[in-house]
Amino acid sequence: MTAPASVRTVAPAASDTALKINHKKRKVDPTYYWMIVPVLVLFAIFSTIPALIGGFFSFTNYAGYGDWKMVGLRNFQNIFSDPEILASYAFTFFFAIVATVVVNVVALLLALGLNSKIKFKTGIRGIYFIPMVLSGLIIAYVFNYLFSNTLPGIAEALGIAPLATSILANEQWAWAAIVFVTVWQAAPGATIIYLAGLQSISEDVYEAASLDGAGPWRQLRSISLPLIAGYVVINTILGFKGYLGTYEVIVALTGGGPGTATQSVAMRIFSGFSGGDYSYQMANAIIFFIITLIISLLQLQILRRREVSL
Amino acid sequence: MTPTMTTASKVTALRPELHGPAKLDAPRPVRTRRINREGYKINWWMTSLLLVASLTILVPLYFTISMALKSPEQAASGTGFAWPTDPHWENFAQAFELTNYPAAFMSTAFITVISVLGALAASSMVAYAIVRNWDKKFFRLSYIYFLSAMFVPFPVVILPLIKQTAMFGLDNPLGVAFIHIVGGISFNSLLFIAFLRSIPVELEEAARLDGASTWQTFRKVIFPLLAPMSATVGIFAFLGSWNDFLLPQMLIADPALQTLPVVQQLFQGQFNTNYSLAFASYLMALAPTLLVYLFAQRWIMSGVMRGAVK
Repeated sequence: MTAPASVRTVAPAASDTALKINHKKRKVDPTYYWMIVPVLVLFAIFSTIPALIGGFFSFTNYAGYGDWKMVGLRNFQNIFSDPEILASYAFTFFFAIVATVVVNVVALLLALGLNSKIKFKTGIRGIYFIPMVLSGLIIAYVFNYLFSNTLPGIAEALGIAPLATSILANEQWAWAAIVFVTVWQAAPGATIIYLAGLQSISEDVYEAASLDGAGPWRQLRSISLPLIAGYVVINTILGFKGYLGTYEVIVALTGGGPGTATQSVAMRIFSGFSGGDYSYQMANAIIFFIITLIISLLQLQILRRREVSL
Repeated sequence: MTPTMTTASKVTALRPELHGPAKLDAPRPVRTRRINREGYKINWWMTSLLLVASLTILVPLYFTISMALKSPEQAASGTGFAWPTDPHWENFAQAFELTNYPAAFMSTAFITVISVLGALAASSMVAYAIVRNWDKKFFRLSYIYFLSAMFVPFPVVILPLIKQTAMFGLDNPLGVAFIHIVGGISFNSLLFIAFLRSIPVELEEAARLDGASTWQTFRKVIFPLLAPMSATVGIFAFLGSWNDFLLPQMLIADPALQTLPVVQQLFQGQFNTNYSLAFASYLMALAPTLLVYLFAQRWIMSGVMRGAVK
């Protein structure tokens, strides 16, 4: 039964040369092509082709309708001297970094708490994971009311003057409200990844450590944290990429305001659809793509190094 | 020992570990109370800390419910935390009509059902074809092609995609479901591929010997074996498509076909002050996933956990 054995080879490098003759001979059942080719075609039509078309139009002056002509790199040059776009990049990266750090700190603390020896474990976990199933947009609408009406009301009653106006209308601090709602929404997902990591650590390790006289703090520092470091990397990579594209929480909380203080790159790009600067925002999208690609590749590099050292 | 003792109780008297729990007295109960049902000593400090912190989740939910039941006058006064003086259940009926809830619900449900079924069918078939033909260049390249799309952020393709879906007459819920399926292929196939590699090939060899075709083997042997991972993929696809705001908002041209999150924009007008109606509507939009979560919490949690480990 050499043929099925070669079919099984999922790790290619090791057995590739030895079985090469078999591979050449083995004919692929057409059913496999039927399984994958339609999806490939759909994938190309709805993902690759739009990206290519968009890339092409970034070199034109197309407004989204009517005539257009090639303008070379002019869109790209303009973007680098457009203060509003540069500000949106600054805000997006600032927000993504802050959100990544806060989400991971909160999620890690929460995972350690939920993994400890608590009463009502299922019930408490059940409460903390509710945000995962709720629409981010609607939750942000609820918080919008809390931030702009309830919180100032309470602050006024308590006599705390600086908080008596809505934080969402504060140019300097509106981002904090966006971070708060993002953390509320995203922490459970990250917590689950950390919980999975914590549960993969055998109870024996802790037992051995406590026999050696290690207290809870020492166990946390010397066992739990080092052993889930890999999960921190995964959470950081997944989270950061997501927060760079943040959209609906901002739409529901500030709409990019006050002014353009909390406008993300994604919001700028989407405005190209109705704003008549289609090709300009496509150029913006291409720049955004290149930046995120570089970041993803750097992160992959870190992830790979991490796995080797683990 | 009295002579009236039965044989059974003699045995238990000699071997105390056979005693029922009811007969344990004196020093033992202290132990059983400390080492309880959970099998460990409970950390009450952590339990109370987590219970208090869970208010960050519960308070916004309480707030939503209490606001939804208030009269417009009561909703507009105070901080909003007070429980409604007389519950206005008719808020729900009004919001139901104002947002045309049945239409929005059906549209959202339609997108979700197609997205979940499509995601399961497409990504499991792609994963199966790739894993079983890893020795063929075509399938390896397809794998790389699908994965590389994970580096392309959504804002990069959205503008051309809107034009393209309109061109194909897909500026409707069906188009949204399509994009959800295509957009999830990379990640979902990755999950299925990881899972498929752990399924021994001997299981299908038996089916093959009985004369089953590739399609029959997939349908009758492999797909049922994938069930745990299908649950994970299905849960992610369900939450992702049900709660999505961006795609329906951008893609669906006919307002009558809009989804539950998008129709909430109705209450975001500058001059809208009927907060109780808005919150009744938010609550009705949040309710479906919340109810599903309440009833299938254990199942959802284990499914999401599985995704986290892979």
